[in-house]
Amino acid sequence: MASLRDIKGRIDSTKKTKQITKAMEMVSAAKLNRAEENAKAFVPYSEKIQEVVAGIATGGGVADHPMLKSREVKRTGYVVITSDRGLAGAYNSSVLRNVYQTIKQRHNSADDYTLITIGKIGRDFFKKRNMPVDKEIVAIADQPDFADIKDIASETVQLFTDEVIDELYLYYNHYVSAISQEVTEKKLLPLTDINKGVKASTSSYEYEPSEEEILETLLPQYAESLIYGALLDGKASEHAARMTAMKSATDNADDLIGDLSLKYNRARQAAITQEITEIVGGAAALE
Amino acid sequence: MKTLTVSVVTPDGPVLEDAFEMVSCKAESGELGVLPGHIPMVAPLTISAVRLKKEGSSERIAVNGGFLEVRPDKVTILAQSAEKPSEIDIERARKAKERAERRLQTKQEDVDFKRAEMALKRAINRLDVFENNF
Repeated sequence: MASLRDIKGRIDSTKKTKQITKAMEMVSAAKLNRAEENAKAFVPYSEKIQEVVAGIATGGGVADHPMLKSREVKRTGYVVITSDRGLAGAYNSSVLRNVYQTIKQRHNSADDYTLITIGKIGRDFFKKRNMPVDKEIVAIADQPDFADIKDIASETVQLFTDEVIDELYLYYNHYVSAISQEVTEKKLLPLTDINKGVKASTSSYEYEPSEEEILETLLPQYAESLIYGALLDGKASEHAARMTAMKSATDNADDLIGDLSLKYNRARQAAITQEITEIVGGAAALE
Repeated sequence: MKTLTVSVVTPDGPVLEDAFEMVSCKAESGELGVLPGHIPMVAPLTISAVRLKKEGSSERIAVNGGFLEVRPDKVTILAQSAEKPSEIDIERARKAKERAERRLQTKQEDVDFKRAEMALKRAINRLDVFENNF
């Protein structure tokens, strides 16, 4: 049986761990609120840009823009959004497992695909497995600005325009609620399903100077905004996942402290009983 | 006088939403003035100042690219970034300008000229919008 001192030591260390997880939980809860606000602030922009893009794309014979047309796939790009730090439950591992399995199924050689990683965990995961990471960005702020990922987003879209890759997928954790996030795969380019879910009643616009030229500037901007939207969604998921993970860690610490305290008190009681027995025994021997 | 609702939206959230009498801006095809009742139109914008007029006074916003969507009673500007003069970080813009100029002057191979040029344009635009309000 463990000595009183050992148990006391364990209780103390568990209490300290609990303080940390509790603090992390509260920090994540605060960050989650901000992340939710950011995601909300982005909604008007994304809705509007989608409406206009869909309006032009459905408007008439301009669907031959390269970003709207599927072509033969020689190389596929994957944008994977993970966090920079761990301690977020299954947040990173579920995305990475999903991407890893998909790639193993779809591609035989490393020349057939390339990865663009956002976040340190994802980058390290793929580099360790000798998979091609074409672009990477780490140390994204908890409340990212569009400017933070503008470069990597436009470079990624450029890869598609330059025909280095022929399709582009986006992998991230979609924020469903504070306790549930699901891994989402989204086909980003080519934009073949742009008309889905948009009402057909978009008014007919006058285009200045021409539809083609507007698509030229609009489509890359749209694709970049989708990547940014996924990042915001992913950030909200990250904070939610970390909050949940830390909450269950705190709860576990509580349980453990409870068990240990019980053990400690029993051991203390046993020691006292033993001492009394010894004293009584000693006194009896003197008589 | 008739007005139109102008909203300026960026990925980081709405910047402005208010009623104005006239919007003038610089589209890629040239200067553009929009009054209430304009036919629906879409036009890409250059890195420039958008001027919004209301009751004799005018407001300026520095937009970084993006485009303009016009409806008879509403104008929406979607830009990757947009700032009111009060929101412009003037020190940062000045530094960005110097950096971009330095980059453009060095004749190194690896300098991305197009990007430096865009950065310079953005910085100059911000400085212009800021200074006009003094």
